[in-house]
Amino acid sequence: MDGIASSDAKQFVVFKLGKEEYGLDIQKVTTIEKMMTIARVPKTVNYIKGVINLRGEIIPIMDLRTRFKMAGIEETDETRIIIIKIDDIVVGMIVDAVVEVVQLQEDSIEGVNNFSSDISMDYIHGVGKADGRIITLLNLEKLIKIGE
Amino acid sequence: MDMSQYIEIFIEESKEHLQALNQSLLQLEQNPNDTAMINEIFRVAHTLKGMAGTMGFNKMARFTHDMEDVLQALRNDEIKANSNLVDVLFKCLDALESYLDNIVNSGSEGDEQYDDILQVLKNLKGNNSTELEFQLKNASEETAAASSALLAEPAKDVVINQYEQNVINKALEMRMNVYTITVVLNKGCLLKAARAFIIFQALEKYGEIIKSEPKVEDIEDEKFDFRFTVIVISKESKELFAKELNSIAEIDEVIINPLESDTISGETRSKTDNTLIKPMGQVTNNEDADEGKKDSKDIKPGTVSKPKTGKTVRVDIDRLDMLMNLVSELIIIKTRLEELEGVERSQRYNEAVEYLERITTNMHDAVMKVRMVPIETVFNRFPRMIRDISKELGKEIILTMSGEETELDRTVIDEIGDPLIHLLRNSADHGIESSEKRKRAGKPEAGNISLRAYQAGNNVIIEVEDDGQGLNLEQIKHKAIERGLVSQDMAGTLSQKDIIDFIFRPSFSTADKITDISGRGVGLDVVKTKIEALGGMVEVETEPGKGSKFIIRLPLTLAIIQALLVLINKEKYAIPLNAIKEIINIVPEDIKMVQKQEVILLRNMVVPIVRLDKVLAVPQEEEKVQKQLTAVIVKKGDKLSGFLVDSLIGQQEIVIKSLGKLLVGIKCIAGATILGDGNVALILDVNSLA
Repeated sequence: MDGIASSDAKQFVVFKLGKEEYGLDIQKVTTIEKMMTIARVPKTVNYIKGVINLRGEIIPIMDLRTRFKMAGIEETDETRIIIIKIDDIVVGMIVDAVVEVVQLQEDSIEGVNNFSSDISMDYIHGVGKADGRIITLLNLEKLIKIGE
Repeated sequence: MDMSQYIEIFIEESKEHLQALNQSLLQLEQNPNDTAMINEIFRVAHTLKGMAGTMGFNKMARFTHDMEDVLQALRNDEIKANSNLVDVLFKCLDALESYLDNIVNSGSEGDEQYDDILQVLKNLKGNNSTELEFQLKNASEETAAASSALLAEPAKDVVINQYEQNVINKALEMRMNVYTITVVLNKGCLLKAARAFIIFQALEKYGEIIKSEPKVEDIEDEKFDFRFTVIVISKESKELFAKELNSIAEIDEVIINPLESDTISGETRSKTDNTLIKPMGQVTNNEDADEGKKDSKDIKPGTVSKPKTGKTVRVDIDRLDMLMNLVSELIIIKTRLEELEGVERSQRYNEAVEYLERITTNMHDAVMKVRMVPIETVFNRFPRMIRDISKELGKEIILTMSGEETELDRTVIDEIGDPLIHLLRNSADHGIESSEKRKRAGKPEAGNISLRAYQAGNNVIIEVEDDGQGLNLEQIKHKAIERGLVSQDMAGTLSQKDIIDFIFRPSFSTADKITDISGRGVGLDVVKTKIEALGGMVEVETEPGKGSKFIIRLPLTLAIIQALLVLINKEKYAIPLNAIKEIINIVPEDIKMVQKQEVILLRNMVVPIVRLDKVLAVPQEEEKVQKQLTAVIVKKGDKLSGFLVDSLIGQQEIVIKSLGKLLVGIKCIAGATILGDGNVALILDVNSLA
């Protein structure tokens, strides 16, 4: 690439689920928290683990592994909750680990045709390539729609 | 001049005035000859005109101006108030409201001209004699600038009573000067009351003000146009006053007339605004008669009661919410202090915590009180609505309201309007029969709907009652079978309450024909959902042929409640205390099976049992055998239900927090709260669990 202006670039928070790396638009990420006590909420979908008290605010927590129908794992020191905010919906997502923040150029992001992944295509917005790694970019709007 | 800083005040005040206009018009319709009411309407229209003009909303000003013309004719008995005229005035009100809406939304009044309404207004006015036209013309120029001829006789504006006359005579005997001073403020003057205050101060430096027209209180409330007249007793010369007053800004004109004892012989009485528009002499008698009438009307309670004017501050609701949040935080930390372990609990520590407790409770009460709004703000749009509906349906309906002063939390007030509209429309459309039908049933032709609000303990009750035909239970049952909500066999065993519950099902309507007003089948289920979302509930009482009554029960406060914390396995849940009737200990043998439902007998009452651990699917580590069970008996309406819990933690003041947008619509959970240890406990929704 021939020195594209950084305004064409977007930043993504990269996290891990199993071996794959995923990216979330940094604009939507509020904070990243360590694992904390989650109060279970009954009578809701299975991937909603419950709610947490984040400095006085009640925030629902979604387990991404369950959401993507992946096998669950024990939580580790690396386990994180990424708090995101879309419009006025706030939700936390449990991920295996947060890796880094990468900057992806607009033209290094590809659509999702002819691409295979562990998770359903519906939740994928695109695929980004950085330093030979492949980062699956998630469609947050779709992801937080409960009951789909 | 930049008006943006005044626009909010303008909007708020205009809303109040339009509301007042609405009420006055309704009363005028009831009693078309009520001069006091006409005067009141005129006053409001006039104030609105002044305000709109000042803010540069010319269309609004012009509109009110034309309204004023017609009202003036009405005041002069040139035209008679009839339902047609009131209809037109209501249309004007709607137009003004839509102007105001535009201002709220876009900051400008919009392009709509409402030429049709203006034309009708002109026609109404056009029925009058040319002489009147002339007078009206004068009237319309009233605010523009009072003509100097009239200003030359300022004393005529002032009614001097016997006592004041005595004072004046005394002063004149003592060789003091008595002046009538008429001050005309500049049209651009924005804070008239403040300007008037400055003028009063200046006058009081040199003399004593014995009389002011309009009254001082009215001037303080800005209830005057741009001119007022005072009578001052002073030793100082006329020139000094002239000089002093002319040095004050925003004054257009000052007229000072010395008063001689013979000029105030009492013949010169009349009221300010009337003097300005009527030639003197011929109307004086009329006027006195008018005044007399007005006085007698004034006494009638509620017609023209002057609004209370206390010292108030308008506060943005967001700021109150913030304050409320802070109080909530304070309560959480207080609870935490109470529960703190590992500290030495000295006597003094306990005293301090207790003191803190008292303060937070008081503070909570105080903030709650600030957030309370009389339900009047919701109720006062209903008379107009019922009026429109009754015209539309061709039924005669009388709406009586009581308890308008009952206060509710602001958030409830904002939400309760729509459900009430639904219920009232329902009563008007389905409840109240046609007048022929009522006559046949031996009822008075006019249907009655009463809307009542009152406080009962920690609840506010709102009732909508009509004396119509009542709910047709058979028809509802029939419809329910038709829609497959219940089987034919089961239908026979349904209680009245079960049947009534069907009308709260989504898209359930028994109306044969759909009208504009109701019968589309959307409504009652929405009402129920909304009320329950507010933590309240709806009940219905009905008697065929006699009428029906919808009872809404709402909690007084929303944000902070007393709750019982219970343990279910290892999970903590909160049950609102106001739903709990009692707590009893039972043994497993007490639980019987009746129709596949576990029940217990409580003082000969059959109470269904809810096993919370099952319903809430609390993860069970191992099957445990309990010899003793704790049942929390909760009430839902008049029904009881026993919630089985593992153990009780205790009573606590909790702050209700929402589960967030993502988790809306979860049955059985009403919200969450943060406990002293920072953990989250869910609040059970008794209504959906019981």
